Amino acid sequence: MFAVTTTHYLVVSFLLFAIGIFGIAARKNMITVLMSIELVLNSVNLNLIAFSYQHSDLTGQIFAVFTITVAAGEAAVGLGILIAFFRLRESTTLDGASELKG
Amino acid sequence: MEFLTAHGADLLFYVFALLAVGGALGVVTLRSPMYGALSLLVTFLAVAVLFLLRSAEFVGIVQIFVYGGGIMVLFLFVIMLVNLHKLPDLRLFHGQSPFVVALVVALLALFGYFFVHVSFGPAFVRPEVFGTVKGQTGNPQAVALSLFQQQLLPFEIASIFLLVAMIGAVVLGRRQ
Repeated sequence: MFAVTTTHYLVVSFLLFAIGIFGIAARKNMITVLMSIELVLNSVNLNLIAFSYQHSDLTGQIFAVFTITVAAGEAAVGLGILIAFFRLRESTTLDGASELKG
Repeated sequence: MEFLTAHGADLLFYVFALLAVGGALGVVTLRSPMYGALSLLVTFLAVAVLFLLRSAEFVGIVQIFVYGGGIMVLFLFVIMLVNLHKLPDLRLFHGQSPFVVALVVALLALFGYFFVHVSFGPAFVRPEVFGTVKGQTGNPQAVALSLFQQQLLPFEIASIFLLVAMIGAVVLGRRQ
């Protein structure tokens, strides 16, 4: 019971995922939403590493490296969008983004 | 003392798992984005330790460099760049957040059910795959050999992806 298994990692990973989803859907500040997306990506990496260890297969670690690459690109583009939005609206709340509202 | 040497890795897991989840809670509940970013840094470093405990030494160090270094500096830079003095009098959460909490609790129940009922059998049966056994040259070499032999095409595609992301970020950040 005390020894750490893959299930322990899955639980931690899923807690991070759930908190990240809550942050994405419930927070108003765009910067916090971007940080929550990073939380979700990190929880995915935790899963990949845990299953890589479980199956003694290095491919999970390689995949985690690619996920980190994509996360870095996503953060750069997301923060670029945030800067552009801030120039337009002078705020970072998501409620201001209503151009496409029908 | 014998307990520590026998269960040290497990204890480390519990400590850093708590730190990771606590940092994540800080990200979504703290009002100031600056404190949220520092809380996120705690989560990144704790998750890096969890990687190290699973024989992913290269990924753990990359996590510290890329997340704790690069992405975190990017976030702090943007937080300081945009003027957030008007934020404190705004409401923190959307009106839809009760529904979000219900959704998250439902997800927790669903996944928790499967986590309890699925067992994965013995783990780490072939430790030599990770290059961390005594006498081997280490995990970075094992990762590099796989990355540059079997996974060469995804590696090159990642470089094109980074170029596209860089151009996109420059175009978005440009002043019209």
